[in-house]
Amino acid sequence: MKKIALLLTAVIVSIAVFAGCTPSAGNSDTIKIGVNYELSGDVATYGQSSVHGIELAIEEINAAGGINGKQIELVKYDNKSQEAEATTLTTKLMTNDKVLAVMGPATSGAFKATIPVAQQHKIPVASGSATADDVTVDANGVKEYAFRICFSDSYQGTGMANYALNNLNKTRAVVILDSSSDYGKGLAANFVSTFEAGGGVVVAQEAYVEGDTDFNSIITKIKGEDFDVMFIPGYYEEVGLIIKQAREQGIDVPILGADGFDSPDLIKLAGASALNEIYFSNHYSSLDQDPVVQDFIKAFEKKYDRQPDAFNALGYDLARFIVDGIRRAEKLDGESVKEALAATTEFNGVTGNFSVDENHNAVKALVVIELKDGVQHSSERLSMD
Amino acid sequence: MEQLIQQIINGISLGSIYALIALGYTMVYGIIKLINFAHGDIYMLGAYIGYFCMTTLKLGFLPSLIAAMLICTLIGMAVEKIAYKPLRNATRIAVLITAIGVSLFIEYGTMFFVGAGVRTYPEITGLLAKRFQFGSMVVSMQQIMIVATTIVLMTILQIIVRKTRIGKAMRAVSLDKDAAQLMGINVNTTISFTFALGSALAGAAGILVGVYYNSINPLMGVMPGLKAFVAAVLGGIGIIPGAMIGGYLIGIVEVFVSGYGSSMYREAVVFAILILILIVKPAGILGKNIREKV
Repeated sequence: MKKIALLLTAVIVSIAVFAGCTPSAGNSDTIKIGVNYELSGDVATYGQSSVHGIELAIEEINAAGGINGKQIELVKYDNKSQEAEATTLTTKLMTNDKVLAVMGPATSGAFKATIPVAQQHKIPVASGSATADDVTVDANGVKEYAFRICFSDSYQGTGMANYALNNLNKTRAVVILDSSSDYGKGLAANFVSTFEAGGGVVVAQEAYVEGDTDFNSIITKIKGEDFDVMFIPGYYEEVGLIIKQAREQGIDVPILGADGFDSPDLIKLAGASALNEIYFSNHYSSLDQDPVVQDFIKAFEKKYDRQPDAFNALGYDLARFIVDGIRRAEKLDGESVKEALAATTEFNGVTGNFSVDENHNAVKALVVIELKDGVQHSSERLSMD
Repeated sequence: MEQLIQQIINGISLGSIYALIALGYTMVYGIIKLINFAHGDIYMLGAYIGYFCMTTLKLGFLPSLIAAMLICTLIGMAVEKIAYKPLRNATRIAVLITAIGVSLFIEYGTMFFVGAGVRTYPEITGLLAKRFQFGSMVVSMQQIMIVATTIVLMTILQIIVRKTRIGKAMRAVSLDKDAAQLMGINVNTTISFTFALGSALAGAAGILVGVYYNSINPLMGVMPGLKAFVAAVLGGIGIIPGAMIGGYLIGIVEVFVSGYGSSMYREAVVFAILILILIVKPAGILGKNIREKV
């Protein structure tokens, strides 16, 4: 009992002492970066994958001497895939743990919820995978302390429309979109406007909702139309079934999509034989021969004993992006790091080279992957200048 | 024209599934006046049992179908024994609420054991993967198999209900439970048998859907369950041929709405039918208006 009392006194005294210290992280031997990710709950796979990438990157950086001799310390919390929890944790990271920057959450909704906290505490937050269009900028202008290193949803729609027109030379498209998600609607709208502006015709537009399994009636309907390419902005659960049913009914035109196609389950749902002439945009491809990519894949396989996915790659890049910003910052405080991050140009990442634009979005190339018999056959970087 | 025929083929394959599930709803309602909301989840369990038979045990389609039907039979009987039998003399609303509870229990219990994610059936090869092309129309062997299995099962059901002693007992209990008991019919056995039959059909529907669409998840029974319920009401709840007609009608209506209208209204139209039929002819297509005695 006496011991506990002594311990308690010690804790109280030390809190009292440290409370008087300056909050700057620059005084300690390590640099703290917050990790606020979905480690459990609905989208736990996104969060876990991102964190695997982040941890690999930080491990490498620390082994190489850290930032100017200072080791990086990750303070990791699980936001349980809940927006409210993500906000609370961001506050906790910024006020209690005194981190210099926060990485995550992975999804757009949760990430957006943490931005007001960042603005208030003047500490930057950055996400590797928040792709919704209005994450870092809204009607009131750019959100100063928010960054992301992935492209937006609509950018993929525009990119794939250009790919259909210029690379595949197709002019008549059918669009089947997931009308239950902003993702599907945003992609479809951008695809249609770019495709039509480029001289193409969208001959039919059909919609489905999340959880549908029977697409035969839609497919029978469009089969009567004259078209040479299909665009399906949606997630692999339904897309796999649409492709399967379309190929079964004899539709053999190229099928285009976005990063929602990227899942090992796609081949299980659609079947290998249906997955020919499938092109989708993604953040990175393991086929990319760029040495940065190949080194990352080797290191990742060594640490985790499996192939990295796009979230792993984005997490890896995110951590390196933040560290790069901290290195270039004039002082070790939130404001200087923010300035340095905003000034990032020609960052050489696994998910492509990018610069940060005035809206704090990453300007980077899409990677378009072609599937042949269900496996990634080729990939190319598609920059839009 | 070809498109019309193709849409009808699509509608019939979809309708077969609804009809198989609707039969269980209607039989149970006919006999104990209970809308068994857990029925759609028995269908989901059928899909999962089929999945484990085909992947883990590497069984073929037919043995898996039989296994799914048998295990679903047992589960259906167990549900009746555990959840509904103690409430035999309770109010109907109490039993109905219990049914919703059982439904949620099965859904989230399954999710606990197998996870919430989508699972995929192994790729079908051989005879079942065949497709027949007529002009621009395509009929897959799987569609033929769904319709054929449904027709075979419905014929067997009709024979059981019309020609056997237990079928006669079922009809007697559904007509008047007390009188049937006075005539020496074991009402509990008969009710249990009804659940067994209905669950076997739902199990069959589950594995057929698994093979056809290749994608199953623990909540897959909710929507088809509700639509099959609409089908049963449309045909006339409690009337076995009504469930078949209702099932096929709902399947074809759904396909036509998305084929010639907009796929966004598909579900809305199905439930609008439910509202309409309840206003216009609550007894359903085959139902007779029986004045309720006070």
